[in-house]
Amino acid sequence: MNLKKSFAAALAAATMLTAMPAFADTIVGLVAPLTGPNAVFGEQMRRGAEMAVADINAKGGLLGEKLVLVNMDDASNPSQGVAIANKLATQGGVAAFGNFNSAVSIPSSKVFADEGIVMISPASTNPQLTEQGLTTVFRTCGRDDQQGDVAAAWLLKNHKDGKIAVIHDQTTYGRGLAEATRAALNKGGKKEVMFDAVNVGDRDMSALVTKMKDAGVNVVYFGGLHTEAGLLVRQMADAGLKAVFMSGDGVVNQEFWNIAGTSAEGALVTFGNEYRDKPEAADVVKRFRSAGFEPEAYTLYTYAAVQVWAGAATKAKTVDADKVAASIRDGVYTTVIGPLSFDAKGDRKVTDYIVYRWSNGKYTPIPGQ
Amino acid sequence: MDASALGTFLQYLINGLALGAIYGLIAIGYTMVYGIIRMINFAHGEIYMIGAFVAVTTFSILAAAGVTSVPLALLLVLVMAIAFTAAYGWTVERVAYRPLRGAPKLAPLISAIGMSILLQNYVMQTQGARPKPLAPVMNGGVTLWQGDGFAVNVSYIQLFIILLTVALMVGFTQLINRTALGRAQRACEQDRTMAGLLGINVDRTISLTFVMGAALAAVAGVLVTMYYGVIDFYIGFLAGMKAFTAAVLGGIGSLPGAMLGGLLIGLIEAFFTGYVSGAYKDVASFSVLILVLVFRPTGLMGRPDIEKV
Repeated sequence: MNLKKSFAAALAAATMLTAMPAFADTIVGLVAPLTGPNAVFGEQMRRGAEMAVADINAKGGLLGEKLVLVNMDDASNPSQGVAIANKLATQGGVAAFGNFNSAVSIPSSKVFADEGIVMISPASTNPQLTEQGLTTVFRTCGRDDQQGDVAAAWLLKNHKDGKIAVIHDQTTYGRGLAEATRAALNKGGKKEVMFDAVNVGDRDMSALVTKMKDAGVNVVYFGGLHTEAGLLVRQMADAGLKAVFMSGDGVVNQEFWNIAGTSAEGALVTFGNEYRDKPEAADVVKRFRSAGFEPEAYTLYTYAAVQVWAGAATKAKTVDADKVAASIRDGVYTTVIGPLSFDAKGDRKVTDYIVYRWSNGKYTPIPGQ
Repeated sequence: MDASALGTFLQYLINGLALGAIYGLIAIGYTMVYGIIRMINFAHGEIYMIGAFVAVTTFSILAAAGVTSVPLALLLVLVMAIAFTAAYGWTVERVAYRPLRGAPKLAPLISAIGMSILLQNYVMQTQGARPKPLAPVMNGGVTLWQGDGFAVNVSYIQLFIILLTVALMVGFTQLINRTALGRAQRACEQDRTMAGLLGINVDRTISLTFVMGAALAAVAGVLVTMYYGVIDFYIGFLAGMKAFTAAVLGGIGSLPGAMLGGLLIGLIEAFFTGYVSGAYKDVASFSVLILVLVFRPTGLMGRPDIEKV
């Protein structure tokens, strides 16, 4: 072996060593949009996972080992999502909590499944994620077909005679949700007057608003995220289009109100039940608040995802993906968002979508549901 | 066409003109730089994005300082945005393009793309990745026409966008056609070597072209911030793409062409969304671009490129 070759071999060995975790640590990953337009959701997920892991370690870790959380940024970009999924695999990760965007979760779920990493998404609601036959993929949130049913039922009950426009943002999540709601509306005997779309990144929605105004639309259902939703609501108000605005779990954060301002007053969103004021979350919520962070939206869902995985691993006495997955399917797990159990696909057996109303910069559940 | 349909048509027209004016302002920056150094300045969209960020920052500072007069605030914001953004435009040219003046054509193209990525990430790191909202600055509008339950509205901000763009266009055309600087720019466009031999400071002329393009992009950034009320570090990409398309459609290198291209793209987007589908509006704009280029390869107002001997 000449010098150059032996140097290369030494270098390779050294890089392999640095890539390997210390033996007494169990590596898990948070895969979320820590930067980019959805960074606000990424932060919720990071906070939730960090506190969950810290709490487990404070109680002596998992199976006698310390849990180490690696935060990885997918920037809401599918190809970056796949890249960090592979990176987590090379670091020896055994579980992944995320992703946020369905368009990122779906491609990275295949990598996680191939690499023997259990994936639990707290946020990706597109049905496709758990329809791929991957046995190690789960989610602690609901599905858009369930969410669409709840939204459609609300609209059918309260706006039976409304002229409904269904708008989406042409993403996997937005379009999927809009189509699910439309299907449920049509099934309930209600036909929308318009089904149209905007592009993510579009600033100008005035033409669409004019079109809706011309069609006499008075109910707008939007499948998409907070930036486009906020712009749409704001431009609807500017143009004097008075309509009920309803959207899904992509619009449950403060940014929506910041962008739309008071024109968002009365906007409706569907989201899982509010756990921040439930007893099972009280202790965790108190600690988040004393750390100066309001555990909105996906924070507790991510905390719960870590709890489910850790609970199942403890029960299975291993972190082996197939065994943990089997034990997740088997049991009922106590979490900060209540007891969770999962069906064969990896979806929650019981979902809990309810309708919230935005008012004065806050979204609160509409009573009596 | 009944009254209501006419009203809707007018509303699309107004929406499209306001949007198109903004595209046009950005497109001028592409076209002027291309005219002089035959290079696409891919960082131009980012220059516009920086203009928008300066606008949001200045508006916030002014609001905190208690400036309540809208015309005064607007003037100060425009001055600040133009000053900052022009400095960026000048620096970009100095750092990324001038050292490559004699290099093969591909080199400045790559450094332009590099510059674009650098500016985008720089703003993301320093300003954060979250969208920045701005409370409405200019409220209200006028109803042009009312009938059959449909009112045609022009908001003051739309009027402001259209009028300011027309004023800037007239001013710029005069500047290019009548001043010494304009003559120098036209001379550099025709033949840089000869212009240099005749005593024109070519480097300075090119720098000033970048500064002028950046200033217009800054105005567009301010207008967009006021019009839509939310910006993020990524807005330069999409706007730059649209404006570049507008410049090519109008005939790259031609100033009125850029404006015409911008207006056309804005109108196509508005009318196509209105009468066909919002999901396919970009398909419509690019189809028109392809059709125009098939029949007029130099764009609507571009002169055929005569091979220099």
